[in-house]
Amino acid sequence: MSVFSTESAQPQTLAQKIVARAAGVDHVAPGEIVTCKINLAMIHDSGGPRRVKPLLERLGVGVWDPDKVVVVSDHYVPAVDQESAGILKLTRDWVRGQAIKSFYDQQGICHVVLPERGHLAPGHFVVGGDSHSPTGGAFGCFMFGVGATDMAGALATGETWLRMPETILINWTGALGDGVSAKDIMLRLCRELGMDGGDYQVVQYAGDTIAALSMTERMTLCNMAAELGGITGLIAPDEVTATHIDKAGGDPGDWAKWRGDDDAPLRARFDFDAGSLGPQVAAPHSPANAGDIADADRDAIDQCYIGACTGAKLDDLQMAARVLRGRTVASTTRLMIAPASTRITAQAAADGTLATLTEAGAILLPSGCGACAGYGAGVLAEGERCMASTARNFKGRMGAKSSFVYLGSPYTVAATAVHGRIADPRPLLAESA
Amino acid sequence: MGRIWTFGDNVDTDLLAPGVYMKGPIEELAAHCLEGLNPDFAASVRPGDIVVGGKNFGMGSSREQAAQALKTLGVAAVLARSFAGIFYRNAFNLGLPALVCDDASTLEDGALADLDLALGRLTVAETGVVVACDAAPPHLQAIVAAGGLIPYLEVKFKGAAA
Repeated sequence: MSVFSTESAQPQTLAQKIVARAAGVDHVAPGEIVTCKINLAMIHDSGGPRRVKPLLERLGVGVWDPDKVVVVSDHYVPAVDQESAGILKLTRDWVRGQAIKSFYDQQGICHVVLPERGHLAPGHFVVGGDSHSPTGGAFGCFMFGVGATDMAGALATGETWLRMPETILINWTGALGDGVSAKDIMLRLCRELGMDGGDYQVVQYAGDTIAALSMTERMTLCNMAAELGGITGLIAPDEVTATHIDKAGGDPGDWAKWRGDDDAPLRARFDFDAGSLGPQVAAPHSPANAGDIADADRDAIDQCYIGACTGAKLDDLQMAARVLRGRTVASTTRLMIAPASTRITAQAAADGTLATLTEAGAILLPSGCGACAGYGAGVLAEGERCMASTARNFKGRMGAKSSFVYLGSPYTVAATAVHGRIADPRPLLAESA
Repeated sequence: MGRIWTFGDNVDTDLLAPGVYMKGPIEELAAHCLEGLNPDFAASVRPGDIVVGGKNFGMGSSREQAAQALKTLGVAAVLARSFAGIFYRNAFNLGLPALVCDDASTLEDGALADLDLALGRLTVAETGVVVACDAAPPHLQAIVAAGGLIPYLEVKFKGAAA
């Protein structure tokens, strides 16, 4: 804890306040390198135990605090061969040996499971062993992704170093139209700012459009701060955040104090109008190849995929269900859905969403990272074309090197499944209304 | 003296460490490193060679196998106009220097060059042209000097125990 006055003369961004708190100082200037104490470390089966175990053994230590470590198996689940089975067994054995209580085995994707089980809170400094760790920023914590060696150091010491980033403020005003979602906001930003537009700075979202979004939609924004090249995404907590954390069994704490000063120095500020935004589609092989759906090609799509930390939360499944209700998947394509967590599957079963999806012809896959990262069931053959609600469409990511991945919102993936080619969801939604 | 291998902007981690080979040993993964851009790279690259990228090198996943694959192939350093943040941290943590170089795009594929890490200077053998790179922050230089983050921490832990 800081022994200094909590009032600082210099105006600070929200990120600066969180990092200063974690570093035990009053103020951290952008560019300054500080060592921060970690509130929570999250690792998964791919970059986690199998990679950090030998490194910790070499150092001759265990994790610094088993109560501050969350482990999620989500990459190689369920096991499909001896290698993946071995990786999962190693994960389970290591968790037991380290006396880590928060282990979610095949319960869903880490970035979704973490807040679902109440592990995130405003003002916390969190490291995640995965590049989509910025997702946690939706809850007002500073959460960023690190590699396995970095994570081993963090797990051994309970600390990590950080070069204080600046903040890029992205302000959205106005109401999103029907059939337009947080995913479309992010694809538009990828086009406008590029995949290095974030420049390893903090990407903070604000404005009345953001305030009106659900927590899971806000998670999509922060999740894809990774695609903008930001170190993390961030949204100042509000009543919506606090209520969500409370319901998840977490502790929002003194959430209202975690906000940036009005006159805090920014790297840049961008303003966008939500009212004029339509569905966006990113063509292969980059999220930055995004554009209005009207400009996308209309060639046949072999596979439609609703999955991943980015695009298979309850809101996402409900969006797809609104499009698919009373309709069927075109015979020329296939629609596969991997709900982001088992809890989401249960919720979608309870509210009828799941039945709508399966009656339309969707095939359900296990909750996990799966096809998005080319790991699990649902990978693509040579030359195949896929429309996905995931975050990345890099060459070869979902399977064969010559395959093509298009990115869109769950609405757009569902409309594409109905037509067998890229299709605007808005006419279907209007027809259903 | 090493050979320069040039790649363009936005070289991503799926190209450096393709997901389909992530289950296997690093040597197998490294054999497929960057094959999506240059099928001959992994088989032909020699220890001491230098990989040169454009903007945002190493973007995408946090998988440090992206940097480890290059290290396994013997790459001495990566020079790029800019790096993705996680790759940058991973590279230094594994003892692979990642140097920001504004003039990276002027370097020609296949040229032989000599890299002076301490000074951050690359000298092209044939032309004698010297390309300047930004020196890494002292904190990261200390990690590279130790051979990576784990050896660096080993010294710290031993120091604490002594």
